[in-house]
Amino acid sequence: MSRTWLISAAAAAALLIGLGGAQAADKKLVVGFSQIGSESGWRAAETKTAKAEAEKRGIDLKISDAQQKQENQIKAVRSFVAQGVDAIFIAPVVATGWDSVLKEAKEAKIPVVLLDRQIETRDPGLYMTAVTSDTVLEGRVAGEWLAKQTGGTCNVVELQGTVGSSPAINRKKGFDEVVAKTPGMKIVRTQSGDFTRAKGKEVMESFIKAENGGKSICAVYAHNDDMAVGAIQAIKEAGLKPGKDILVVSIDGVPDIFKAMADGEANATVELTPNMAGPAFDALVAFKTDGKAPPKWIQTESALFTPDTAKAEYERRKDAY
Amino acid sequence: MIHRFLPLLVTSAVLVVGFLLCAAQFPAFASLRVVGNLLTDNAFLGITAVGMTFVILSGGIDLSVGAVIGFTTVLLAVLIEQGGWHPFSAFAVALAVAGGFGAAMGAVIHVFQMPPFIVTLAGMFVARGLGFVLSTDSIPINHPLYAEMGDMALRFDGGGKLTLPALLMLGVVAAAVVCAHWTRFGANLYALGGNRQSAELMGVPVGRTTVAVYALSGLLAGLAGIVFSLYTGAGYSLAATGVELDTITAVVIGGTQLTGGYGYVIGTFIGVLIQGLIQTYITFDGSLSSWWTKIAIGVLLFVFILLQKGLLAVWTGRGGAPAEA
Repeated sequence: MSRTWLISAAAAAALLIGLGGAQAADKKLVVGFSQIGSESGWRAAETKTAKAEAEKRGIDLKISDAQQKQENQIKAVRSFVAQGVDAIFIAPVVATGWDSVLKEAKEAKIPVVLLDRQIETRDPGLYMTAVTSDTVLEGRVAGEWLAKQTGGTCNVVELQGTVGSSPAINRKKGFDEVVAKTPGMKIVRTQSGDFTRAKGKEVMESFIKAENGGKSICAVYAHNDDMAVGAIQAIKEAGLKPGKDILVVSIDGVPDIFKAMADGEANATVELTPNMAGPAFDALVAFKTDGKAPPKWIQTESALFTPDTAKAEYERRKDAY
Repeated sequence: MIHRFLPLLVTSAVLVVGFLLCAAQFPAFASLRVVGNLLTDNAFLGITAVGMTFVILSGGIDLSVGAVIGFTTVLLAVLIEQGGWHPFSAFAVALAVAGGFGAAMGAVIHVFQMPPFIVTLAGMFVARGLGFVLSTDSIPINHPLYAEMGDMALRFDGGGKLTLPALLMLGVVAAAVVCAHWTRFGANLYALGGNRQSAELMGVPVGRTTVAVYALSGLLAGLAGIVFSLYTGAGYSLAATGVELDTITAVVIGGTQLTGGYGYVIGTFIGVLIQGLIQTYITFDGSLSSWWTKIAIGVLLFVFILLQKGLLAVWTGRGGAPAEA
């Protein structure tokens, strides 16, 4: 039995050497993408957009879903290196622990691009560039819109994201910068709504009760759209009109907020684009063709959207999420 | 004679055929680099699975191993980064704590005659909880020795290399094979798992063996934790969640009987590599959802259990239990 086994193994090995020679001359750019998982609608949209952007450019994109585990991401990156891909994209699940695997990619001369999150590393030369949004800018854009809209006089209540999380800290910082230079604008109440719809609604209810039934509130600023959608509910239940009696401005640009804007219940959102891969592909192609190294940080655009385009934007997005 | 090794042969055949199929589809697969990656990426799993094999051979189970790995990584990070300890002293403490933890569970199982499932389930919660008490954040370990150990490897042509974790795993597997088949402790384990009562009558020190096997499993989980922290260069209380189930899977695919008394360490090692192989294949393909890994492993597990059941029926039909080495 063991002899026939050996013979068949040898035959299979011979077969594979033959196959190995057959497929070689394929010039298509191959990119491996280690994605965190699909824990949120935004994350799924990021993956979907990456696929679409790759197809548009004729790039062969290999995606590996890490199911929220760093060890799976490291394994995936190692496999990509072994495959000899032309570049590796990583959306890192945690900030630490990437040095050794990135070193391996560097030794194999495969450029690495970080998507959507930064990492902590001793040697920034280990990755080519990072494509992320500027979360401070997002807060600033939201604040500037509100200052302009209200002529600089407004009592704002703020729904913060998860305490201590970097988007919550930075989105607050950016907004506060605008408040500091606009004398008539002030934040009258601020509390965490944990980035969730339910907590956003709950906290907004308590804000309305505390602020004279909501009469002294001019606007609500939410660190993400989900909390804003919760706040809209709370405003409606208090017998006020969201979008008119109390202005609603938030960040992310998920389909639901565009729907709310189309219905006149929200006033503005700053988009955190799920298209992180597009700019990364562009930087990569430029690097591969002219050898031009991209800047260390590629900021995605933080575009502001208002109700006049909301309906069209909703239609455009509802399938991507 | 051949049937005693049949599960092991089937497992090995699955690995070899699987590897050849992968290599036929992706030429880059048949490289030393991929083989080296398989060993490095699964080192922590392999080390843990060796401990699990011993526990299962003795007729028990240890659900705490994944949590012990997570706890160990955090303990190391806290000791080295916040306590300023030398990594080697931190390793010693971590191994002692993990081994002691296992021994304590073994003692509870033996003294109170409690089912190992419940005791080690409790152990899993305790260890995971302790990790979170130490730190909820992921702590990077920046000690220079860590980077050095991370780079340490035997290098081959074509980017292939045997890293320190891979070498550690191979060493543990080799030591475990010797321990299982050529020592008194190993013989006691097989006897205990085969039939506890007759083992007792034969004079096997049941209490000592039970405590020792859980201590060993804990110790190896601690070692896996060290390897894991080398692997990621960080300590994180959420590390290695669900690893206990992956190791049990590897043990069963490797041909060890879940009820104990029969199986081989080397089979477990092959079981670990099969899991790694499936995962690597899915990454190479790049268009399949990574959840197919779980489905493929689930199907494989099911097939192997059926195979075991069938073999067992054949053996008992012939009127003899499988003889042991």
